[in-house]
Parts: sequence; C-alpha cells; structure tokens
Amino acid sequence: MLTGTELSASIDKLLVLRKEIMSAFVDTFIMLGISTTVAIIIGGLFGVFLFLSSDRQFLQNKTLYGVLGGITNFMRAFPFVILMIAMSPFTKAIVGTGIGPIAASLVLAIAGSFYFARLVEQNLREVPRGIIEATESMGARPFTIIKVLLNEARSGLVLSVTILCISLLSYSAAAGMIGGGGLGDLAIRYGYYRYQTEVMIFIVIVLSIMVISIQASGNWLANRLDKR
Amino acid sequence: MNDMIVLNDVTKSFLSDRSIKDKDGKPHWFTAVEPTSLTIKQGEIFGLMGYSGAGKSTLLRLINMLERPDSGQVMIDGTDLTTLSASELRIARHNIGMIFQQFNLMSNHTVFDNVAFNLRVSGYPSRDIHKRVMDCLEIVDLTDRAGHYPAQLSGGQKQRVGIARAIAPSPKVLLADEPTSALDPATTRSLLTCLRDINEQLGVTIVIVTHEMSVIRRLCDRAALLHQGQLLEVADVQDGLIQATTPIGKGLVVED
Repeated sequence: MLTGTELSASIDKLLVLRKEIMSAFVDTFIMLGISTTVAIIIGGLFGVFLFLSSDRQFLQNKTLYGVLGGITNFMRAFPFVILMIAMSPFTKAIVGTGIGPIAASLVLAIAGSFYFARLVEQNLREVPRGIIEATESMGARPFTIIKVLLNEARSGLVLSVTILCISLLSYSAAAGMIGGGGLGDLAIRYGYYRYQTEVMIFIVIVLSIMVISIQASGNWLANRLDKR
Repeated sequence: MNDMIVLNDVTKSFLSDRSIKDKDGKPHWFTAVEPTSLTIKQGEIFGLMGYSGAGKSTLLRLINMLERPDSGQVMIDGTDLTTLSASELRIARHNIGMIFQQFNLMSNHTVFDNVAFNLRVSGYPSRDIHKRVMDCLEIVDLTDRAGHYPAQLSGGQKQRVGIARAIAPSPKVLLADEPTSALDPATTRSLLTCLRDINEQLGVTIVIVTHEMSVIRRLCDRAALLHQGQLLEVADVQDGLIQATTPIGKGLVVED
C-alpha cells in the first residue's frame, strides 16, 4: 500500500512533468484528430466502393472488388510498427519530415483507412437488400442510393468510428518510435525506461478515461440515431 | 381501354449455384420465365399467381426492369423499357410504383419522409411536397402517424405507408409483390380494400403477385396462372370465381 508521503511524493514527480504531460496530451489529440478524420474520408470512400463492387450490388465488378479487396488486405497485413518504417520515405515526401506527430498522423491515417474500409463494407452489407431495391424501383440515382445506404447504416457506422478512434489511440502509443510523441510514448519513456511507475499509472488512467468517454459517446450517439 | 403493359416474348434465366452442372460440365442456367407474352389494360387489376418457383415474382420484376429480360420487349404505356438508357429508365420508373412483401421502408426515416423521399426522387416541386405527402397519407388513413418511424407501426400500417410512398408521384402502374403475405387475414382484407379504392379513385393499373387464391378472387379482374416459368393461361375473374380452363390451371384454382 501507498503511504501518504509516498503518494504526495508521486504527485510531486508528476507535477514536475506537467509540461511534458500537457504536450504529450496535445500530440495525442493532434494524431487522433488528423488520423481519424482522414481515415473516415478515405476509408469511407473505399468501403462504399468495396461494397458497391461486390456481388449483386449495382457496381458489381469482380476485378474492381478483387483489386480494392487486395489493396485493403495487403495494407491491413502490415504490423503497425513496420508500416511506420515502410512509410517513412512517403511521409518525408508529403510532410517534409519522417518524424513528429504530423508524420505519425499520416501513418495512423493510412492504417486506419483500410481498417475502417472493412468496417464500412460490413455495415453496408447489413442494410436489407430490399431497401436498395425499393430505392432503385423509384428511379433513384446511384448517388441517392448511396446516401440511403449510409443513412440506414448510420448507427453501425457511428459505432465503427468509435472502434476506429479507440484503435488509433492505442496505435498512437507506438508512434513514439518515430518521435510521434503523445501519451503512450511518454508512458514508455518515463514509466518504463526511467522506472517512474507513477507516470505509467497516471497515463494508463488518462488513456482509460479517454477510451471510456469515446466509447460512451459513441454508444449514446448510435442509440439516438437508431430508429430501427 | 388502352394497353398499359405489354410483355412480348420476355424470358429470364439465372445462373444456378456453382455446384450444379449440366451434363456437358457447363454451369446450369435455371429458367425462371419461359417466353411469355401478356397484355394488361389500363385501369385493370391483374393478378400473377402460381406456386413458389412459378416465376411470378420474376415476371413482375421484369415489368419495372428490376430484372432485365434476356430477350423480348417490355412496353409500358407505349414505351419499350428494354431500349432505354439508364437515365431514361430512371425517369420511366417514376411512372411505375412498387410495393413489397417486406415493405422495404427506410427505417431511419419517418413515415412522412419515406413518402416525401419518392417525391424528391421523382423531381416533384419541393414546395408542393408537404401537401402531397399529407394527401397520400390521407388516402391510406395514416395522417396521424406522419411523424412515426416504421418500427413503431404494425405490419398493416407499414404496408399502407408503402402504398402511400408508391402512389405519391401519381404513377400509372402499381406493382405489388406479395403485398399481403406477411399480414394476418383481417389486415389483408383492409389492405385489399385500400388497393381497390386506389384503383377506382386514381385509375392506377395494378399488377399483383400472390400465392393466395383469395387475394385474386377478391381483388383482380383477370389473373395469369403460372407454372414452372410458363404462362398456363390468363383467366377472367367473375363474381369472385377464377375461370380457369386448362387442367393444371383448374388444379391451381381449386387447391386453396
């Protein structure tokens, strides 16, 4: 058990690190914000086309589905740490540097996109086929049909975004390897390499609170949107 | 009366499951609709009837090209749908409403928005949409449910929303694919009355697929009797009796 003096000593050590903790917090937010947004856009588009090109859908095309599915599988096969290293020439070309939170965001965004693409495909598959047919029978344009699909799948999509966001939060800890910074990186540097257990515990608590809040808001929104 | 729907030698086959092969080792094609010709007059209520697998739903879906025929012509009010481009077909479909066994309403849209959706798709003037939706809900007696979601409605009410949605853009033809098969007998009766009223008041030509003899007897002017993809005969319905003449047709009509 922790005595009172030990506890206050631990709090003092954390207070000394408050600047580092704050900046790690900001870095985590940057990585999470950028990568989630990009992954929703790119992964969303990819997922929609994966679904539409699959069997019995209106863009049904074996070659297109094979190519899109192949790219998705290939990208998802990379362990995240290796993807970071493999992508470093690419991130250098785009953001000018291979290290830092922005560079890490790019790698997270790519990993997240292909993960999210599969989640979107799966969500769209759960929309009853009859609804697509009804919309077709009214003479709706393909774009309108896609909007209907997304709207019918919306609560599942919100839950998928929740899962994506939490996965990216946990991936972002590994981003410390390329100087991405962030809370996970701080926990490893101080909590593990410097044996400052209180830093480790504190960050794990902060990360848990973040995960719980993201999940709770996702559940709340998904429930509100679900009229099925 | 004018001919509203003319099917000229339409056929449709589907590729069977991969495990089934013909004798020559090629994939087996299952013929859902053998060459079929049919004429349905304007204002008629026409039944398509037969056992499961008779091809009646496929035949119905050929009429609005949800299934494209392998050969033959589909004439709706003088236009051959098989020759139309994708965008021309979309416009032609604004004139062909459809209702389904499983209703197929958009579950995240209210009753009002489900009906309004079809009007928007059909390019109905937006300032008139509200009035038109309420008028259509009035026809199916659901004005008090406009703000509800489909999940809050009974099966009969959902199907009436389906009808309101289908007739909203004032189509010339209403296709009904087993519209009462998911409903209990009392609800079926009131739904058939609703369809009858719509036919009489709006002059919509109705084509209805069903395996229930009673639906044909109560509602239809004529009915096509189908068996294993073939049209056996087109029978008149007089005084609630289906006037079948072929042996299989008579058998179909008796068993109920």
